[in-house]
Amino acid sequence: MSAGAAKIPVRVAEVTPVNELVTRFRFVRRDGGLMPTFSGGAHTVVEMNDKDRVRRNPYSIMSDPADREGYSISIRRDDNGRGGSLFMHRQVRPGMEMVISNPVNLFALDLRARKHLLLAGGIGITPFLAQIKQLSPMNGNFELHYSVRTASLGSYADELVANYRSRVHLYRDDRGEQIDLPALLDGQPLGTHVYVCGPKGMIAWVRKTATALGWPREAVHHEEFLAPASGKPFEVMLARSNKVIKVGEHQSLLEAIEAAGVEAPYLCRGGACGQCETDVIEYEGTFLHKDHWLTPTQCASGAKVMPCVSRFEGKTLVLDR
Amino acid sequence: MTIIFKEETFHDDFTFRNSPEAVKRFPFPFPEDSYMYSVNLEPHKSYRPGSVYERTFDVDEHYVSEMRDRARVLAEDPLRCQSLPHMTLAGWDLLELIMTSKAEEYPELFELHRDGAKWHWINRPLGIEQKFTFLDETTLPYGPMEYITRQTQGDFAVLDQRDDNLWMDAGMVTTQADWSLDFDIGMNFFEWHAPVPKAHEMGIFQRALKFLLNIQQGSPARRLNWTMTVNPLLDTSPENYHKWGVMKKDLTLENMGQMMHLRVELQTFFRLPRSNALVFPIRCYLIKLDELVTVPKWARRFHRVIRDLPTELATYKGFVTNRPKIVEWLSKYDDGALTSPGIWPD
Repeated sequence: MSAGAAKIPVRVAEVTPVNELVTRFRFVRRDGGLMPTFSGGAHTVVEMNDKDRVRRNPYSIMSDPADREGYSISIRRDDNGRGGSLFMHRQVRPGMEMVISNPVNLFALDLRARKHLLLAGGIGITPFLAQIKQLSPMNGNFELHYSVRTASLGSYADELVANYRSRVHLYRDDRGEQIDLPALLDGQPLGTHVYVCGPKGMIAWVRKTATALGWPREAVHHEEFLAPASGKPFEVMLARSNKVIKVGEHQSLLEAIEAAGVEAPYLCRGGACGQCETDVIEYEGTFLHKDHWLTPTQCASGAKVMPCVSRFEGKTLVLDR
Repeated sequence: MTIIFKEETFHDDFTFRNSPEAVKRFPFPFPEDSYMYSVNLEPHKSYRPGSVYERTFDVDEHYVSEMRDRARVLAEDPLRCQSLPHMTLAGWDLLELIMTSKAEEYPELFELHRDGAKWHWINRPLGIEQKFTFLDETTLPYGPMEYITRQTQGDFAVLDQRDDNLWMDAGMVTTQADWSLDFDIGMNFFEWHAPVPKAHEMGIFQRALKFLLNIQQGSPARRLNWTMTVNPLLDTSPENYHKWGVMKKDLTLENMGQMMHLRVELQTFFRLPRSNALVFPIRCYLIKLDELVTVPKWARRFHRVIRDLPTELATYKGFVTNRPKIVEWLSKYDDGALTSPGIWPD
């Protein structure tokens, strides 16, 4: 199986600042054709040629799934991140040629739901923008609760309120406003599904509260892309390719494998989809497992690692790759 | 390319035949002289012009008669086509996939004109012309899945994806190898595969599910499966077992070549864009043993495969009782010579 979803050569059509932290990018196909249709909640992996390295970061597609002229994504600048968002904010200009992946959806709406309760925190609003555009022409029953830091940092809050009025509830941190989650979850009609996308703490809070209130696990959906953490450099032996590679401080293990010219499977690059799962042949040291995929037992066994987000500290690591 | 559509039946007088050209393009499923399960999945890419792998949805000389047979089966048993309420969007996805692929790959047979949501579909072989509004069910004579699968060869299982599993929540199933949509509807991947012997212990289904959950838009996959069928019956359903099961008793060494068929399923898998569902078309190809042995390599290999097949598999595939007779008949065509690798005729 080839690495990642099929690629689409695109041109950057627009770069639009949304507020002091968030910028929107619109991509159209270089060949003038239509983009594949997608479902709300899908992401695309954007390839960035940043000097001598290729970065591949997943971003939720926020544009209307019915709009096949192009895809839009919004990226929040992370000044302390590994550099992908800074590259997008500083280097990407209209007219630039880039490569993105076909859409992949790991955060789909459950179409059986009688009601979709959408909970967004900050830039976590992006998948919901597409889902709302998908739901509204079908008269889909949804309600959005959106936490923002300040009014000016509330990306797309004004247009959401203007278009969907009473279905949109805004909460401003700077005014001390917070979702009354227990009351909100407790008052939902039977058949409601809840979706959460936002900071790690918010996702954990929603999942925990829902579980405590007796929500079925299948009715609680979350999406959290982890950025690969930086860490101490380490060496890895790739047994099948017979190569020894070095993983840099700000590089993921998956990126280091790719940089060595070894093809490795992946989809989300954020520890969620399971596609890059790799067998460990031998190790002496400690894994820093960061993914949502492996079970605690698998992590403890030392037999598997998810190279997109997890790292290693120790003397020897040999992978079946 | 011109296809001459045959007038033939898959019931009562069983006039189904393959032309010599159809025999040459038959998807013979055995790349070697023995058979065991494997997750034999590969990308569904256009391959070998003229073969059943060339196009997204293969249309062959049996098209018109197969669609007539589907209409006949549905008239007798409407439950062969079902779609749970949340699967309508997936039905539209499927209609779009089939219409756009066929119009592009068979322009002389099918046309699709789109002006926004106003669509105009022309199906020449079946004499159908339809103007409708995309995503508006009231503008089609059937739901979108039923409408398009009444015009497309093969069964269709439309699988919802949720909770890291696949759910059989819609389908059109009239050409099946002894399974029932009405029984399986609403089941998940492990539930509907529960009757398959050996494969669970081999971990086949865990691996297959993982693969299927990760099938992405623009990257469809395919595999072959097979069984044996007495008489060219497309509809070998559990619902009608009382009609076709007894036919297995009529098999003799004299009528073997005409009555016994190798039944091959070309199974493909596509991610559907709007619904994020997965569609699983199961296309059935039949070939009489008389037709099959016109290819010497296939005759030799098929004899060896059937002779050496584990008993559980012969039982599951429903021909364990007739196996000695089938092997005896096929042995006349096996001189023991080596066979070349791969599935294609020499």
